[in-house]
Amino acid sequence: MNGPGPLSEDGLVRLLGHKGDSFTNPVFSPLAQDLGYDALRTMWREMVVIRAYDNEATALQRQGELGLWVPLIGQEAAQVGSAHALSERDWVFPSYREHAVAVHRGIDPVDILKIWRGLEHSSWTPSEHRFHLYTLVIGSHTLHATGFAMALDMDGLVGSGRPDHDAAVLCYFGDGATSEGDMNEALVFAAVNNAPVVFLCQNNQYAISEPATRQARVALARRGDGFGIPGVRVDGNDVLAMYAVTKQALQRARSGGGPTFIEALTYRMGAHTTSDDPSRYRTRAEEDYWRERDPIDRLGIFLKRAGELPREFQDEVQAEGKALAIRVREETRSLLRGPSLEMFDHVYAEPHAIVDGERAWYERYKKSFVETGVSHR
Amino acid sequence: MTTLTMAAAINLGLRKAMERDSKVLVMGEDVGVLGGVFRVTDGLYKDFGPSRVMDTPLAESGIVGTAIGMAMRGYRPVCEIQFDGFIYPAFDQITTQLAKMHYRSHGQITLPVTIRVPFAGGIGAVEHHSESPEAYFAHTAGLRVVSPATPDDGYSMIQQAIACPDPVLFFEPKARYWDKAEVDLDAPFDEAAATSGMAHARVVRRGNDITIVAYGPTVRLALEASQVIEDEGSSPEVVDLRSISPLDHLTVTRSVKKTGRCVIVHEAPTAFGVGAELAARITEEAFFHLEAPVLRVGGFYVPYPGSKHEHDYLPNLDRLLDAVDRVLAH
Repeated sequence: MNGPGPLSEDGLVRLLGHKGDSFTNPVFSPLAQDLGYDALRTMWREMVVIRAYDNEATALQRQGELGLWVPLIGQEAAQVGSAHALSERDWVFPSYREHAVAVHRGIDPVDILKIWRGLEHSSWTPSEHRFHLYTLVIGSHTLHATGFAMALDMDGLVGSGRPDHDAAVLCYFGDGATSEGDMNEALVFAAVNNAPVVFLCQNNQYAISEPATRQARVALARRGDGFGIPGVRVDGNDVLAMYAVTKQALQRARSGGGPTFIEALTYRMGAHTTSDDPSRYRTRAEEDYWRERDPIDRLGIFLKRAGELPREFQDEVQAEGKALAIRVREETRSLLRGPSLEMFDHVYAEPHAIVDGERAWYERYKKSFVETGVSHR
Repeated sequence: MTTLTMAAAINLGLRKAMERDSKVLVMGEDVGVLGGVFRVTDGLYKDFGPSRVMDTPLAESGIVGTAIGMAMRGYRPVCEIQFDGFIYPAFDQITTQLAKMHYRSHGQITLPVTIRVPFAGGIGAVEHHSESPEAYFAHTAGLRVVSPATPDDGYSMIQQAIACPDPVLFFEPKARYWDKAEVDLDAPFDEAAATSGMAHARVVRRGNDITIVAYGPTVRLALEASQVIEDEGSSPEVVDLRSISPLDHLTVTRSVKKTGRCVIVHEAPTAFGVGAELAARITEEAFFHLEAPVLRVGGFYVPYPGSKHEHDYLPNLDRLLDAVDRVLAH
């Protein structure tokens, strides 16, 4: 009755296996047919470069340049594959680990680091990239994504019959988030309102130290069943399947077919954050098993076998990764905080007496140090 | 001028706001077909339809969270939390998301969400239907917290709250829903002054001997007490705070500097309540004008009791007059 559990590899939609081998799926293979070799090379490039960035960010944290880093290593295909299914009118609501999607949507990788360097809580304009800010409270944003999707519908951008006009929301979250009340309320609202939102769960198998078996008894894709939302389990390390499955779900949403719950089974190759130590709760053997299922390797094998990954291209991409790492390192190190008075900015859209009063007080207080030249800090 | 109940006045204000701006939505449990358990949204569903007046699932966090998403897309959702005691499931969405989005986005995201909450007690209700949770929200930077005490303020302040670009907690004193008073329906609506218009306190009765500060349901109590105080030979000044965040402590301080004495009265528990903030500010700003300590009259530090104890729990005429007497005795 229960079927596969939350960590099971059974019943995953797969088009590209970890040995670089192809699989045919009657529903999803046709959806990936529009991916020519150029598109696949682009995906490979994005994954390689984002991994170089991810490794650099981890190093920067170790060097004290970042307070924290949230690595996406191992989840590149889940993010890049799904991102490629987005239309330019679609909106993304990420959690806080979707750096590959952020970059795909035009956000500067250095800007992302401003958050983790403690300079600010956000560093891009959502409307410029149709990519919402990171939300650190687990699952909260699934409600925002759903409300936004309901609003797209109210705006007449859903089911108009014109694919170049319609839009949908792609909402990313992890296995842990599926337990949160807000997540489940989002599924309720999305279901009863037929909202054009795709719920994409990156089941990277861990919520910090807790395996997904602490979040569910059954496969997470079944979450949608109770709400009447179709669910699909996909190999999250297969960039082709990720593209195809997300494309189907987004098309369904845009055309007025309502929400979908996608569970992408992947693996968090790194730690939850740089403050975490996975050696305390998982084995080397398990990590090795998933290293063999690396998302970038399998695409590389596939393309090489087809003679579609020329040496020069590989070198170009590696160089691009290195150059990005160097730029990230240099620019991040030069990022300094602004004047302390800026902490009073933007609390409200219109003047508020308490904030204004305190800002004025603080300004006088700071000036008093300059005037007397005495400071105890 | 038209005589209306507070509920009818807010209803009309909502209607005006919806007519003025097609982006204004009303959403909450039972607000549509039923017209709200207090009928404050009565008639709106019939005239504006389900796309603008939404009966939501029974999920407070979901109501506020989806409203945030709609606001991000340019809508002006007016959420209703059916009763004060049920606001807590939405607490995280309100304090962590709604309150902080403008700040964390450097002003790129504005969330003009209004959350209407029938609040406070005195109606013989069962558990969780008589709470005064305003202090929790006033303590959170990024939110505006207001409470109309009269039908006229109900009518104008709901429109101001909706027009305001910031998130507003709009606490409607349910014990006053059926109070009738004159409402100026012809007063022009100044959209540019919406935020400032609901930010100031109002002296609703002038006097020289003692300042009584109240908001929401206790303004009527303060005015009733004033009649007795005057009969007993003193001259009370009553200030209707109207706005809790921002707090118009300047109006209060000006009054206290004149009278030298102050009693603050609210239904919420005295301990850690809005009165404490006000008393601290008065002490800081008007200390040398005070003839007596600032006293606060509020609920007791117990969960709101069964309705049979309600009239002993809530600040009533005797308790307020007792505090006034103690302050005047100095």
